[in-house]
Amino acid sequence: MLVAALAWFAAGCGPQASHSQAIYMLVDTSGTYAKEVGKAELVIRYILGNLNPGDTFAVGRVKSRSFSEKDIVAKVSLSKDPLQANAQKKAFSEQIAKFSKATSGNQGSRYTDITGGVLQAAEFLNEAGARRKTIVIFSDMQEDLDQQTVRDFPIKLNGIGLVALNVTKLSADNMDPRRYLERIERWERKARTAGATDWRVVNDMEHLERVFEKRG
Amino acid sequence: MTLLNSLLIWPDRPLPSLLVLLVIAMPFMYAARHPVHALVRRLFRAFENPLRLASRWLFDVANRLRTRNREVLFAHGGREAKLVIDREFERVTLLVQRDLEGYPALQRKIMDEITRIEEDYKKSGEVPPPPPEWVTAIQAIAAIKATGDGVVEDILAAIRDPLDKIYNRVVAEYRAGYQERHGLLKRALPSWRSLGQTMSQVERGITGLHQSAVKIDSTVQKPEGIFSRGAKTEDSLTASASAQFFISCPVMLVAIGGAYVNYKLISLPMSAMVGGGDYITETLSAAQVSSMVIILFETLMGLFLMETMRFTNLFPLGNLTEKMRRRMMWASLSILLVLAGFEVALAIMRDTIIASDVALKQSLADATTAAASSGWVTRIPTFGQMVLGFTLPFALAFVAIPLEHFVNTGRIVLGALLVMAVRGGAISLRVAASLVREAGKILVVAYDVCIFAPLAVERWVAKAWDHTPELDKASGQGAA
Repeated sequence: MLVAALAWFAAGCGPQASHSQAIYMLVDTSGTYAKEVGKAELVIRYILGNLNPGDTFAVGRVKSRSFSEKDIVAKVSLSKDPLQANAQKKAFSEQIAKFSKATSGNQGSRYTDITGGVLQAAEFLNEAGARRKTIVIFSDMQEDLDQQTVRDFPIKLNGIGLVALNVTKLSADNMDPRRYLERIERWERKARTAGATDWRVVNDMEHLERVFEKRG
Repeated sequence: MTLLNSLLIWPDRPLPSLLVLLVIAMPFMYAARHPVHALVRRLFRAFENPLRLASRWLFDVANRLRTRNREVLFAHGGREAKLVIDREFERVTLLVQRDLEGYPALQRKIMDEITRIEEDYKKSGEVPPPPPEWVTAIQAIAAIKATGDGVVEDILAAIRDPLDKIYNRVVAEYRAGYQERHGLLKRALPSWRSLGQTMSQVERGITGLHQSAVKIDSTVQKPEGIFSRGAKTEDSLTASASAQFFISCPVMLVAIGGAYVNYKLISLPMSAMVGGGDYITETLSAAQVSSMVIILFETLMGLFLMETMRFTNLFPLGNLTEKMRRRMMWASLSILLVLAGFEVALAIMRDTIIASDVALKQSLADATTAAASSGWVTRIPTFGQMVLGFTLPFALAFVAIPLEHFVNTGRIVLGALLVMAVRGGAISLRVAASLVREAGKILVVAYDVCIFAPLAVERWVAKAWDHTPELDKASGQGAA
């Protein structure tokens, strides 16, 4: 009892700074990119292995319209207890495995609403109240919207870092690499204008630790 | 540069220009010589005096510090000597209680044994009764020479036979008497041995007392030196304090190492208790702080335990009653035991967390490697951690002893270093003051060098003035 009281006193005194992080991973399930879900699952497992107790993690899918709660595939706020956190990670991993299995067999969505997914992710991360907020976009970054979907307005990503993962080059990019470079630049510009703290592209899946690198 | 150029007569030839300027300025400089000298002296004195004052003040401070350090040193030495004497007296008391308390019984035992030996000795000393009167008559008859007379021969034979019988009986009685005396002496032998052992015991006790008395005598000489405030005692106390300080430093480092190992053991499982993601400061998590608090608390309990067991004397517990002191001792020991048990539990928790992490990472990596068998060999690290978790708090408790020496001797060593530093500062200031004074003098001389020509003229005129009256006087005398 005495020790518990002492420990709680130590934990309770002083200003408690939040060191937790929240990650929202957007998985592109549109078009031919749906085949890459297996890779995305590996990335999710890697991120799960690196999360600490108290962190928040969510996986959402990008399809024709992605700004909806239904697009969140799985989400978890890890417990402060390391043992419980491990159990949560395991359950999350199983959930993602099911999603991966279900998606890899399906045909991808017709359009790709990355901006909607980013808006949904930003909303989720702001509610999580973590210190470090990151949106990981597992996509070729080629946005394709139908005529009814409106996404050409300024968005707010204050305090959020963006990481574009596995930005594959399309056949058109192969013909004209300027298209690929222009696409990346446009997204960076968009992120910076929205107030994102960071923007980076990680294409080498062997160096996923770059997702967690701190800058500045 | 522009100012200098504007002063120069020939700007393209600075050296001749400066020389000409010097020549022009020389009469004015000569005229202003005394005020300039006074100005330079006063100016440099304005710097020199505060430096000297500061130096003197620092010397005073150093002397006061030294006096204070001396007092602390002698007080510390006196306390140490008192403790040594107290311990020695305690030993003597124990010795006296153990050995001399039983001395009346021992003495009685010795006296009894001596009495018994004396009695046996007396008994063994008894001689057979003197021969009866008729023995003389028989001797006279026995002296008769055998002449071959048959009657005489028969008479002598008749006398000899009973005599032989009597002789044999007496010899047998005599031998029996000796046997009895030997028996008595044999019976006294254990008493002699017992007496010898008792005497050895007494001798040991006396020797121990003698040794303690010699030690007390030698220890008492130390306080005498301390009370007389001798320089030799001061040197010896300083050397002793320095040695203790430098010995306690590595011991403290070892203790800090032990505390760090303990901290590493409990910081991970502590996150299960206070929350893994909570941070109290920018870099310190709640689990880390809690672990440190637990370790500090263990050290504190160890300090109290050592204090109440009178191994150390860091806190003023003199106002506590003996009963209260004992209660505090048991309370400290109980809390230490609880904390040790808590650390054992944390060690098990740590192992479980690590095993869970490994299992999770294997499942995330989809590893096909089989999990290690859970035999007793794999449990060895867990047992090791448990043993460490239980013993380290008690090991930390003993930090109190080197800590006491570290604190007590650290005051003396740091005081001596401070005195040296202050004296060093004072000497530096004095050197600086001397340099300033010499710089002033050099400047005065340099000024005179600049006006060497008027000064040479002045010296020449002065010499001429001094010689003129003598010449006048000499010429006047010649005329007379």
